[in-house]
Amino acid sequence: MTTESPSPIKARHPAADAIAMFFKNIPAVVALIVLTAIILAGIFGPIFYAADPYDMVWAPFSPPGEEGFIFGTDYLGRDLFAGILHGARVSLLVGLSAAAMTVFIGVTIGALAGFFQGWVEEVLMRITEFFQVLPTLLFSMVIVALFGASLPVITLAIGLVSWPAVARITRAEFLSIRQLEYVTASRASGMKPFGLMFSIILPNAAPPIIVQTALMVGSAILFEAGLSFLGLTDPNVVSWGQIIGSNRPYILDAGYTVTLPGVAIFITVLCLSLIGDGLNDALNPKLRQR
Amino acid sequence: MIQRVANAALLLIAVLVLNFTMMHLAPGDIADTISQSMGGADATVMQQIRAEYGLDQPFLFQLKTYITKVLHFDLGYSYFYNQPVTTLILEKLPATLLLVISAQLLALVLGILMGVYAARNRNGFFSFLVTLFALLGYSAPVFWTGILLLIAFSLKIQWFPVAGMVDVTISGGFFTRALDIAHHLFLPMITLASIFIALYSRLCRASVMEVLGTDYVRTAKAKGLPERSVVYKHALRNALAPVVTLAGLQFSAVVSGAVLVETVFSWPGLGSLALQSIIARDTPTILGILFFSALVVIVGNLLTDIVLRMLDPRIASKG
Repeated sequence: MTTESPSPIKARHPAADAIAMFFKNIPAVVALIVLTAIILAGIFGPIFYAADPYDMVWAPFSPPGEEGFIFGTDYLGRDLFAGILHGARVSLLVGLSAAAMTVFIGVTIGALAGFFQGWVEEVLMRITEFFQVLPTLLFSMVIVALFGASLPVITLAIGLVSWPAVARITRAEFLSIRQLEYVTASRASGMKPFGLMFSIILPNAAPPIIVQTALMVGSAILFEAGLSFLGLTDPNVVSWGQIIGSNRPYILDAGYTVTLPGVAIFITVLCLSLIGDGLNDALNPKLRQR
Repeated sequence: MIQRVANAALLLIAVLVLNFTMMHLAPGDIADTISQSMGGADATVMQQIRAEYGLDQPFLFQLKTYITKVLHFDLGYSYFYNQPVTTLILEKLPATLLLVISAQLLALVLGILMGVYAARNRNGFFSFLVTLFALLGYSAPVFWTGILLLIAFSLKIQWFPVAGMVDVTISGGFFTRALDIAHHLFLPMITLASIFIALYSRLCRASVMEVLGTDYVRTAKAKGLPERSVVYKHALRNALAPVVTLAGLQFSAVVSGAVLVETVFSWPGLGSLALQSIIARDTPTILGILFFSALVVIVGNLLTDIVLRMLDPRIASKG
């Protein structure tokens, strides 16, 4: 039997609505395009532009555009453009994986606290509060200092200090959604707690968590940049913050060596914020009047 | 309120437990540090050092000793600086507090003023500027903003000093010295505040807009009160509560940002000390700083609570 309904009203999937809404937001779409370009440059750039960012290729402090070096050379005469291309890989990789970790820890803790309430919530929220008291950057500096400056440790350190915001949002969503009728109905039909949590409540709690995830990637990139600016990074990989940190003593001679990598961080994080805003408008139509 | 203070004390003890656990888990201990500074030591000497510092005792016993010591303001001894950690930290704490508090206050005042203005003229050009500024302020890495300001206003146009907190060549009375410190403080303060001005102005704009749409504001307008008085006396007080709450939550971010800003401007505070002691692998000092900065955040949160209660007495009755 064919299911061609003659109904003139087309019921669209809510996700389709949200996507359509997102693509009406011009700044968010532009940001998405720019970010995609940056990601592609990070993945494929080093393949096509084969210069080694650690190679001393020319005299130090050759200004951008001269001698064939688009972004010039740094204090050791290394190609700054190669550095920024390779840096994109590290900054994006650490940003994405740290954000994934943040969201994983935050959602798990927030979901458990909001769903079970009682003493579980009490204990988990105390832990969350505890992590909010520790200054994030200092705490991660300590972790990196004690356990070594490698990319996995840095990612772990960023994830470990950033999750409380996600946990709070998730908990708040769970607290309000768990009282709704469709949750009661699923419970009455014999669904187990974990099924309720992850297949009924979580999808409905997703919109604010998705928005927060976009912002978390941005803040993880800023975080990694801060750590590597301070020199707390794997000395064998180039990242944007590390270029700024190592060129800092020479800002009077060659301001561009710190300006350009900073612009790269700035644009990437700006794109992520704009995408976050776009997602927020698309997923929370109620807020659009503001 | 008493409950809040008790809670804060509990949090501090939790920080200590975490501190100690991390010190325990990290590879290497004090004996390694000491023997390193002596240029190596054999197994018996190592054993001696470990016994002397109680490192051969069970974990929980060591933890108890550590907490008792900290409660007597003894955070251990820094082998790198050859000074007790508490002395080291108390020496640097005022500079950090000055930077953190002034930046937080500046961000709140400017953020609220900009937010209110943008909310009153919601479709105007300024409102757009506030939204734009909020985005830019949030997205720029704070150390980069600092370096750009440093290049612009200390190196190119030499209005502000390049580094430090005081000019040792200047002598004079209290007023001259205060002015000198303010001169040094200006750029670091602006840099650190820039992130938070953006956050606060954006939230304040949304919050004032929401309050301006409520019934009691309409009533105040209807009884003929002038617009200014409605906004500043009736609406702002309620609109401020979320902004103050956010500011309280941001305390730990402000302290974190201070670490970066201190490094850029060579501001002699806890952040600079933290970085130096990390490079020197001076674990007691690092953990002492983590403890003190958590203390700063906890006290900041308690102060925020008090301000919130003053703004909205209903919170106090709820407990």
